[in-house]
Amino acid sequence: MEQKKQIVNRILKKNNHDESRLIPILQQIQGEFKFLSKELISYVATEIGVPPSQVYGVATFYAHFSLKPKGKYIIKLCDGTACHVKKSHGILEALYKKLELSEEKSTSDDMIFTVETVSCLGACGLAPVMLVNEQVYGQVTPEQAEQIIDELIETEKTIKGTIK
Amino acid sequence: MNKTINLEAIAEKYKKDVAALERRIVLCAGTGCVANGALKVRDELVQELKKAGLDTKIELDEHDDDFTGTYVSKSGCQGFCQMGPLLHIEPDGILYTKVKVEDVAEIVEKTLIGGELIERLLFHDPATDKYCKGDDDIPFYNRQKRFVLKNCMIEPDSIEEYISKGGYEGVHKAVTKMTSEDVCKDVLASGLRGRGGGGFPTGLKWKFTLAYKNAKKYVICNGDEGDPGAFMDRSVMEGNPHSVIEGMMIAAKAIEGNEGYVYVRTEYPLAVKRMRHAVAAAEKAGLLGDNLFGTDFSFKLQVMEGAGAFVCGEETALIASIEGKRGMPMPKPPFPAESGLWGKPTVINNVETLASIPMILLNGPEIYKAMGTEKSPGTKTFALTGHVANTGLIEVPFGTTLREIVYNIGGGVTNNAGEATGEDFKSVQIGGPSGGCLTPEMLDMPLDFDSLKSVGAMVGSGGLVVMNNETCMIKIARFFMQFTQNESCGKCVPCREGTKQMLALLDDIIEGEADESTLKLLEQTARAVQLGSLCGLGKTAPNPVLSTLKYFREEYESHVFKKVCPTGECKALAQPEIDPEKCIGCTACVRKCPVDAISGEKRKAHYLDAEKCIKCGVCKETCRFDAILGL
Repeated sequence: MEQKKQIVNRILKKNNHDESRLIPILQQIQGEFKFLSKELISYVATEIGVPPSQVYGVATFYAHFSLKPKGKYIIKLCDGTACHVKKSHGILEALYKKLELSEEKSTSDDMIFTVETVSCLGACGLAPVMLVNEQVYGQVTPEQAEQIIDELIETEKTIKGTIK
Repeated sequence: MNKTINLEAIAEKYKKDVAALERRIVLCAGTGCVANGALKVRDELVQELKKAGLDTKIELDEHDDDFTGTYVSKSGCQGFCQMGPLLHIEPDGILYTKVKVEDVAEIVEKTLIGGELIERLLFHDPATDKYCKGDDDIPFYNRQKRFVLKNCMIEPDSIEEYISKGGYEGVHKAVTKMTSEDVCKDVLASGLRGRGGGGFPTGLKWKFTLAYKNAKKYVICNGDEGDPGAFMDRSVMEGNPHSVIEGMMIAAKAIEGNEGYVYVRTEYPLAVKRMRHAVAAAEKAGLLGDNLFGTDFSFKLQVMEGAGAFVCGEETALIASIEGKRGMPMPKPPFPAESGLWGKPTVINNVETLASIPMILLNGPEIYKAMGTEKSPGTKTFALTGHVANTGLIEVPFGTTLREIVYNIGGGVTNNAGEATGEDFKSVQIGGPSGGCLTPEMLDMPLDFDSLKSVGAMVGSGGLVVMNNETCMIKIARFFMQFTQNESCGKCVPCREGTKQMLALLDDIIEGEADESTLKLLEQTARAVQLGSLCGLGKTAPNPVLSTLKYFREEYESHVFKKVCPTGECKALAQPEIDPEKCIGCTACVRKCPVDAISGEKRKAHYLDAEKCIKCGVCKETCRFDAILGL
């Protein structure tokens, strides 16, 4: 925790402990730790001098912030209108089935994969679109999505040799 | 500080440098083409060019006076996303489509050295069965009128190239030769209406803001393009970020503002990056900061990344978000013009609106007003997506018909197998979650702010999603309702509870549990949400439902009274049965059915018990004789 606080302190200092810069502060913290823990939310609140409820309120309002840890690979499936009419739902079902996940349980137990939907990635010309971390895949079929997952599982196997 | 930046000298030098080039290759590096591997193509191209002994650069800087080789640059989204990655070769005027890394060596050898065209990489026009050499020959491009997107071929990270195209001349004119009132007057005279959806006259908005005096005033660029199915603003920010900055500077001059924010949604990382790069370049060039152009006009600009909330596209919610709060809207009045960001007078404009401003100032309002229709002058960019042959970003004058867009530019409607048969058009959804669905009868209606409003839709930010005959309109209405229900911020009751109830009613219809009271209740709730909501999100949220109820009522009635989904998309309404003619009695489905709903003997037609069936579709997948119907 001490080490984490040091990183947070650096972020706070860069933003002048400015209350109005709360969103960039939380974005930078999430950039470091991938999610916002309750401890860090309280810590940020104390440091910039606002009630923790206010920071918590902001953190829960915006979809981009996560209060739960996420997997190493965050798979975002676009469910914008264009992707929707091009049957993005089938891809989501394939991913859920393959990784044994659901809307309620979005991260795999080994913390490797998180599957979530986003409302629009603005790459509608390539619908349906899937994002794995920063990598964009266009005109995806359920079979291709499964294949991409297989490749990632392979990569993980080579790195760790432990994945199920 | 560089107080007297010499735009002309920069422009002249850049033009001279470019004229000295033997070739310029422009690779589209919009989000779409990058996803299809454009950057890998670029790297390969540079390597192959070097291997072939051709002098190559990927950046032109001020020391490149005598460089005469090949310049490989990138551009923002060129619009033809379906055919990406796109590669332009100038001055030859060649456009290669769907370029892969494997094609690069051939392009260098045959085209760049040998001067030959590679037919397979040219766009093939199915209508004329011809291969098109460049943009001018392709209907997708030559039927458009590119005004805001005119400069989408420039290198977005090069401020010099933007200046060489007349960039920053508009703001130079506004700051050095015009008063704030003059600027407002010119923009008002151009008839420019806000591209964010509402269509409010931009000049009027500026005039109102100018009237409130304050030492601190803000200009905000609304780049929180949250409408699913729309990506015009993303493309402008990625492809021509300096035009947005210049538009904001002119807005600042018009309202006597001195500070600005560009609010970009977080789902657009490339737009954030390019905007930040452009702001830094403009600061370095002395185009942002204090005492610009040797006058007392000062303007500072910051880029802020959103955090994922659709409601922040609403201006008061966006202001709250910049202030570091939950992005919830405030009742108006007071309007931002009077009390906006941190209580100061603020003007908020959409990306496309701002990007239109420099050309209006530079060329005069008359030229702008001459485009489009009388009440909706100018051009509009649309994101053309869904079941259409050519998806991508287009720009046409207001007043263009839907038929022209869908059939001539878009290349026609495709069926679920992706073929354009010419018979599959069902509807176009325009304006995203605030818009409505148009029918085949409206194909010849000229599109503008007012005509769309009259049929219960709206321009919105400009997403055009084409849908074919295999699309269930109730499911589309439900899709939008789900979206607005998720994105409702929860502040006002009509929107928070109303959207939830409407969603539940639509679910009843889709699940086959609706009765004669459902449609009436749905309509009543929709009207209540429309009237009672605080902000634009709630006020327009019922539009997709109301417009489908109006134009596709039969489809609703079929779901409610006959319990039949005409497209077969609603699984709960499916009536599965076995075609005794086709069934050969192989018993494969009998063995696969998880609930033992299918019975039958070998070599005799089977029977499916609809009471037991859970409509999982396993039998349909299993059957090799297409004997399962209604699923």
